[in-house]
Amino acid sequence: MTAPARYTRTAISLHWLVAFLILAAFPLGLTMSDMVLSPLKLKLISYHKWLGVTVFLLVAARLAWRATHTPPPLPAAMPAWERYAAHGLHHLLYVLLFAIPLSGWLMSSAKGFQTVYLGVLPLPDLIGKDKALGDVLKEVHELLNYGMLALVIAHVGAALKHHFIDRDGILARMLPFLDKENTR
Amino acid sequence: MIRLLAILSLLASSFAYGAELSAVQLDKSSIAFVSRQMNVPVEGAFKKFGAQINIDPVRPETGRARIEIDLASIDAGSTEANDEVKSKSWFNTREFPKASFVSSAVKALGGGRFEAFGKLSIKGKTLESRAPFTLKQEKGVLILDGAFPLKRLDYGIGSGVWSDTSVVADEVLVKFHFVLK
Repeated sequence: MTAPARYTRTAISLHWLVAFLILAAFPLGLTMSDMVLSPLKLKLISYHKWLGVTVFLLVAARLAWRATHTPPPLPAAMPAWERYAAHGLHHLLYVLLFAIPLSGWLMSSAKGFQTVYLGVLPLPDLIGKDKALGDVLKEVHELLNYGMLALVIAHVGAALKHHFIDRDGILARMLPFLDKENTR
Repeated sequence: MIRLLAILSLLASSFAYGAELSAVQLDKSSIAFVSRQMNVPVEGAFKKFGAQINIDPVRPETGRARIEIDLASIDAGSTEANDEVKSKSWFNTREFPKASFVSSAVKALGGGRFEAFGKLSIKGKTLESRAPFTLKQEKGVLILDGAFPLKRLDYGIGSGVWSDTSVVADEVLVKFHFVLK
């Protein structure tokens, strides 16, 4: 049996970079929104927004990669329902990877706080200040994030199931070092 | 011809009346500001203030102004910011409910621009201050527009942990717009 083809180095880097940035931005968002107003809170809010903008940009790069590359094939033995589930989950993840930073950006504008990327690049406010809309968008941003949390748990769970139960080498497509261990 | 004269004399009289322009239309006037938080410009305003302004568009140098701001009427952009800026380390509105600007002189800068000099008092501290402005006559009203940078730390606005100017910049742009009739 040949080792499964893996993603390109670009795709792998983008995947893990986005994963780690989200891993930082998510608890940061939860923490800062519970804080009372302080200089630290203002700093954390800015860092959170910068992380979000970065994720948005990296996800755009990932989509560009996806549009120009064919991802490695899934193992032939994988049942049809699992393929559908995997594709569906991946599509939903992409949707949220865009929708979450976008909802944060809109929420920020509606609340009257422009996003200034890294403190130097002002992003345009797509909508004007509107407190009621800002509150709605905050809820939307939160809900989308809990949706993302559920999807990530499913994503990681599926990857672990494939690695430890099915032992079909799928995880090695994104973690090449696992591949080496398997083939040894 | 008589009609033209009538209009001219009316204009002249309204111009003469201009010398006493002093009724500030508060509902059409505003005092706003832009602070920078993590380099993000954040708009704010004071909803309640009083203003006595006497200015003659022909001889603006004789102008006088006394502006009093009810600091607790601040809108700093969000509810939690509004509560915060009234607190002791910011405006301490309980002890210092009002800020005032009393002008002592107006200088013409040319090109329809002027500068008011005066004393700005905030939080128990009074400093010499200057505010450039323009005058515009429009449909029987006189519009006075201007802005000046204020260094918040000069007045101890935002002390303690908030004195970190990398989070909230020292300089706050104060913008005023007065409609006089």
